This record gives sequence, C-alpha cells and structure tokens, in this order.
Amino acid sequence: MQQDYSGQQLIVFRVAGRDLALDLMAVREIRASTPATPLPHVPSHVRGVINLRGAVLPVIDLSERLGWGAAGDNARQVIIVVQIAGRLQGLIVESVSDIVRPDSAELQPVPDVAAGEAGAFLEGILAVDDRMVLVLSLAQLAVELPQQLAA
Amino acid sequence: MSLDLVRATFFEECDECLAAAEEALAGLRDGAGDTSDLVNRVFRAVHSIKGGAGAFGYDALVHFAHRFETALDRLRDGRAEASDAAMALMQRSRDVLDDHVRAARTGDVAPVAPEIESALDQMADGVVPTDTQAPGPGPGQEAAAGRTVRVVPSPAALQNGGEPLYLLRELVRMGCGPVRLDTSELPPLADLDPAGAYLSWDLCMPAGLDESAVREVFEFSGDEIAVRFVAPPPPPSAPHPEPVTMPQPAVEHSAGAKPQPQPQPQLLPDAPPEPAHGAEIVPLRRGPEPAAAPAGAATAQSQRVVRVDLNRVDRVVNLVGELVINQAMLAQRLDVTSDDVAEAMVSLDQLTRELQDAVMAMRAQPIRTVFERVPRLVRELETETGKRVSLEVSGEATEVDKTVVERIGEPITHIIRNAVDHGLEPPDDRIKAGKPATGIIRLCAEHRGGRILITVSDDGRGLDRARILAKAVERGIVSPDANLSDEEIEQLIFAPGFSTASAVSNISGRGVGMDVVRQSVQALGGRVLVSSRPGHGTSISLILPLTLAIMDGMVVAVGQSTYVIPVNAIFEIIKPAPHQLCPVSSGGMMLDVRRDRDDAHPGQRSNERASRAGQRYVPIVQVAGALGVPDGIRTPEEGVLVIVESQRVGRAALLVDEVRDQRQIVIKSLETNFASVAGVAGATIMGDGSVGLILDVEALIASVTAASAAPVPLRREAIG
Repeated sequence: MQQDYSGQQLIVFRVAGRDLALDLMAVREIRASTPATPLPHVPSHVRGVINLRGAVLPVIDLSERLGWGAAGDNARQVIIVVQIAGRLQGLIVESVSDIVRPDSAELQPVPDVAAGEAGAFLEGILAVDDRMVLVLSLAQLAVELPQQLAA
Repeated sequence: MSLDLVRATFFEECDECLAAAEEALAGLRDGAGDTSDLVNRVFRAVHSIKGGAGAFGYDALVHFAHRFETALDRLRDGRAEASDAAMALMQRSRDVLDDHVRAARTGDVAPVAPEIESALDQMADGVVPTDTQAPGPGPGQEAAAGRTVRVVPSPAALQNGGEPLYLLRELVRMGCGPVRLDTSELPPLADLDPAGAYLSWDLCMPAGLDESAVREVFEFSGDEIAVRFVAPPPPPSAPHPEPVTMPQPAVEHSAGAKPQPQPQPQLLPDAPPEPAHGAEIVPLRRGPEPAAAPAGAATAQSQRVVRVDLNRVDRVVNLVGELVINQAMLAQRLDVTSDDVAEAMVSLDQLTRELQDAVMAMRAQPIRTVFERVPRLVRELETETGKRVSLEVSGEATEVDKTVVERIGEPITHIIRNAVDHGLEPPDDRIKAGKPATGIIRLCAEHRGGRILITVSDDGRGLDRARILAKAVERGIVSPDANLSDEEIEQLIFAPGFSTASAVSNISGRGVGMDVVRQSVQALGGRVLVSSRPGHGTSISLILPLTLAIMDGMVVAVGQSTYVIPVNAIFEIIKPAPHQLCPVSSGGMMLDVRRDRDDAHPGQRSNERASRAGQRYVPIVQVAGALGVPDGIRTPEEGVLVIVESQRVGRAALLVDEVRDQRQIVIKSLETNFASVAGVAGATIMGDGSVGLILDVEALIASVTAASAAPVPLRREAIG
C-alpha cells in the first residue's frame, strides 16, 4: 500500500528530534502556533481547536500521537495544516526544514523493530542530504482519529 | 464540462419540468386558466424530459415519456377530449414519469405501470379513458350536477369597494342554488373586526354549469375571493330534492360551532346538497375559456435567476461572518475617544449588519420546493387509504433557510401521513358525522414574529385522548393512575415508541413518527405544537427560527476557558446563597428554587415563583467537572448558577465561574473538520479570535437527571 512518491514533492519537518516528511499536496498552509481551546473528553494528543480564518481547526500534537512524548506548549512551534479525506487538521511540529523531490527507488520500508508505536503511521524511510527522514502516511492518521473518539 | 455535470443539470431540469407539469395539471383540475395553454405546458415539460433522456440513453424513461407525450398531443389538438378521466390519467402519468426520472437518477429499476401505459396508448388511439380507480376530482361530466362551489371572500375583497354580494347574485342568476351560509368562522362580538371577513357561502351548481363559467364571474376579484369546487359525496338515500323556484333560493344558516382561535376548518354538518331541477334553470352560456391564466401569471412573473454553486454561496456567508467578527474585535480594541471615530464605527457596524442580512437572504429559499412534493403524497395516500382528501396549500413563497428546506420535508411528510391515516375518517364515517366526504388538509407557511410558522391542519376526527392514554399506559410510558390534563395527554404522542395504530400499517404506525418529528424540529432550533378538537380536527404547528447559523449566546467563564450557553435554553441565572443549596448523598447538590436569596424560609412570594417554575429541586451540574476544566469553580456558593431547561430532559443548574456577556454568535460546526465531542454542541469565534465552545445543554442536563451513579455517556446534538 505504499504510495508512489516518484516525481512528487515532500515537505520535511522536525518532530521530537526526528525528521519526518509528508506529501506536499496534502499541505494547505503552515502557520505559527496559537493557543488552542481545549476540547473535553478527547484523547490527550488532541490539543484542542484553533481559529483558522473562521474555520474551527483541530490541532494534534504529532509527537504525542506518534508515541514520542507530548511536545508541550511552546510558542516556537509550528502548525502544518493538512487536508485528509476532506477535513482540515493542524499538526503541531517543532519546525519545518525544506521541500524535497525524492526518487521512489530510495523509499525503504521501516523495519518493525525500529518503528515502535509510530510504525503504523510511517510509510517508509528516505535519505535526504545524509539525514534519515521518516515518511508519514496521512491515510493512517485520518483513519485512527474518529475511532479514538468512539471509544 | 464533465458528463456528470451535464447529467446533474439534466436532472435538475427534469425536476423543474415535473414541477411545471404538476402546476399546469393543478390548473387544469381547478379549471383555472386556458385549457389548451395548460395542456401545452404539460406537453412541453414532458417533451423536454424525453429529449434529455434520449441523450443519456435512459430508454425506459424515453419510452414512457413518448407515450405520455403522444397522449398529450391528442389532447392539445382536440382529438381527445379533456374529460375529468383524461385529466386524472394525465396526473397519474405525471407521477409515473416522476418515478421513471427518479429511477434513472439513482440507477434503480424503472417502474412498470402497464395499465397506465395501455390507457395512454388507448388515448392516443382515440379511445376515451374511463376512470375506474382514481379517487380524483369526481368521475366524469355527468356528476357535475350536485357539485358545490364554495366562495370565501377574504377581508381584501371588501376593501377595494368590491361587493361579493353582487357576484353571489350572479351565480344564483346562473342557476346556482340553494345557497348555504357558513358562519363557523364568526368570532364573538367582542372580537369581531368590522373590517374583517368571516363568512363563506356554499352554492350548489346545476348540471351543465361549467366551472370555468363560475370562475369567470370572479375574474376581477383575483385572489381576494377564494373559489373552490367540491365534488358531491357519493349519493346516499338522499331526500327527494324539492323543486327550486327561481330566483329566490333558500338560504339556510349553518350554526357554526363556538369559534376557534386555532385554524380549525369547520365544514358544514348539513345534508348533502340538493341538485336543482335542470328544467327550471335559465339556459346558461358556456362562455369561452377566460383568456388570462392566473396560474400562468405566477410563473410568467419570471424572476431573473442565476444558478450558483452552493459552495460559493457558503463561502461568501462564511467570509461575511468573519467580517462581522473582525469588526467586533476592532470595536473592542479601538479606544474610541473621538467623535469621528465613534461615528465611523457605528457606520461600519450598520453596514456589516446589513451585509450579513443580505448574505443570509441568499441562503433563503421559498418553502415551495418542500410543498411541491405534497400533492403527490396526498394522491398516493388517497389511493392507499381509500379516503378522499382535498389539499389546500398556502404560503409557498415564504422564505426559509436552505437547511430548513432540506430537513423539514421528512417531518412534514410524516405529519401529513398521520393526518390522512389517523386523522381523517373514511368517507362513510364522515357523511354520518355530517361532514363532506372529502376531507381537507391545510398546509400553510408564514413568517410570524421573527419566526417561521408551518401548520398542518385537518378537519378529521381529532386526537382520541382516551385511546392515546390507554396506549401510553399499555406501553409503560405513563403509570395507570397518573392524572394528566388534556394537553398532557396530547403531548404523549411525542413519546418515543408511541403509536396508536393497532396494526402497524405501511404508512405510519411504526411508533417512531412524532418523536422523530419533534427531534428533527428541535435539531433545527424549533418547536412542535399540537392542538385538537375531538370530532373537528387536529392542527400541528412547527415553529422554526429564521436563521440557523446565528444564535443568541450567553458567554460564561469556567476556569480559564470561555463557553457559550444558548440563551433560549436559559431559564434563569442566580447567585446562590447557602440556604438554597441542598447536598445529596452521592456528592451531588440540588438547588432549592423555591427559596429566595433573602428569605431563609420559603415565603408567599417565592411560592408564587416556584409554582411557575415547576420542580422545586433542581440538580446542579459542575461544568468544570463535566468538561474536565482543572481550575473551574466547583462549589456553588462561589460561582454562578445558570438554570437551563430542555423540553425533553428537564431542568438543571449549571455551575460556572461567572457570566460575562450576552451576544449574537455565529455557529460553527465541530464536525466539519473533526468529530462530535460529548458535551459540546458546536463552536464559535470569540471577540479575541479564540475559539469558544457552545455547551450541549441537553447532554449536560441528561448527565444528572438520568439518575445513575455512573457517569452517563454524553450524547451530542449537532447544530447547523
């Protein structure tokens, strides 16, 4: 179920000291972090909702979601607004580095041992400028969220 | 342009054609307008559908449309006669065409209607259709004798210097009689408006008098005088008609019952009309069809319309909403000391409000699209139940929000089904009760007091309270010894799982009806009211707000967070004194509403208040605890209690830190980008740009009135 990334662009960003990447086409905008209004009875990785030019946008602590510990509230954080299955979500990350165009032959699957809890969300590993970049699967992110709330 | 887009446009046009055909057929049925013009309209509508369908290869639809079109062609060039039976066939054919279109749209199997198809073929071949099964408007011309024309002048008829009396005399001169006066709408003298019009007349039409001739008499009064034709009831052993001596017809008073403030149609509990002797009637002219077609005028008054993608409209609506918020923020932060600036701000405020109204109006649609489906529904119900129904619709042009149009159709359908199935009696029973065999259902919509009022009323048997109570006891909804008032019994029909149908019929009676209706209406922010007179009929009213996206909200603080409570759910706000608080063993607390702050003991005054308030003890909900706000106040004495109530789950007192402000807020849905969250009904953007959560009042009340130790999972009710 690996998406073919050849010819597509990925945006690389930093979460909990690791480099991650996302399909650029899913990204709507990047903005500075603003304090979120917390929602009751939601999983802890859902930080709350913010006002995105009139739309109510949920923001997710990506680090916590991937099992790497809560990122906490930090004014220097950045929110990447992505569109998954017609819905907008904000992902809280530390910083955004660059945009790359990978060769699909470079995409390597993530070994189970190395992945841990985050493994379900990762599509593969990529080398970018001698850094190891984990490629995130948006489809998995979207699927998990509604189920969490039904629990 | 993709094929899907073209196809979607085709189906939209099909809907318009079907609606135009329905309207033209209604005109033909009522005899309003030029027959050949109306038939032509139906023909053109069917022809359009056939053409488009051919392009997409919807063969079944094309074939049926072709048959229909051929029969219409015969009608319009006079080779086939436009008899009542023919009209009924056209009506049913239009319904079958509707089914074909729907099947083509959804990809379902096309409907089969062999008897209609063969009837159409016969008509095309010149065979006169005989109406064997349609419960339509009277079978054939022969029974024209004994038909009744009902003349109902509105107040406007008397205001322009018109005198309906002359028109009535003309009808008499043309041979109508006897005349019966209906005074049932007449109010007591104290309430009588001298400029009002409360009387209506029923005149029997002689054989051979054409409906169009009667309408011609009222040509110049237009809408001011309502003229309706009522088919005769099936002739029972009628008393031998006495010879009529022209031109002094007998005028009989029908003693109207006590006048009702509610719109209860009361028809005459009199003997069936007696046909006059043909021999003594002055020979009538069968005049030419009136040239002006009132039905045509309505549609010819063509408004210039533009088709706009709904997403674009919604985007503008959102942007304007944002503008309003930003303008509010600006007003808040600007230190307004100079007069010039203050003036400019007032101007800006006015402009944004006007802009908002204008944009909201874009989302408004006439409720006509919902009402248009009703005539067909009624026809189907007539066939299924064997009852006869005359449908009166008014206020189709009343504008309501798009969301209301989308969601009010189901409730209205169900209410009308109930009215025909349970409310109206079979024709025989009606005649025994002295009513005309054809029952009346009135559907009307109007703006009233800043709200929309939709009423469905019938002149049937009314709510059978004894049976309702018996069923409620049987279902365990109330206890056998409960002492309920008449209104409370009537309200039982809204209880979940309630149905008085002894056999679960296909139409209604599954016991989910009125409960779901009420929920749907409440989800739109409205209410349902029912009123009934046994033997005379029932009236159900739906009261809806004008716009759904904006609401009056009370902004409250809980800890560091702000929340919004819908103002229409708030009963009272109080700062409680210790003696008003009563602890309960499970750790919860109740508020004693009967005690005032200042009275340590209940006194006369507070008893009065409480008798209006209902329950004496109201459970307290710690909002901070329910929503997990860490720093919110949890002891009632330190906070403020907002007493809220819901029709369904009762009353509770919400404990908040403080009440800040009341303002109009734009409702945003959480579900758009997220999911529903327990305890939260929606969100809004506050003046400082942050997101405020709208509390789900019902869920919070239910969490404490459900009376269990374990926390009840909070349900959500979405807004907009």
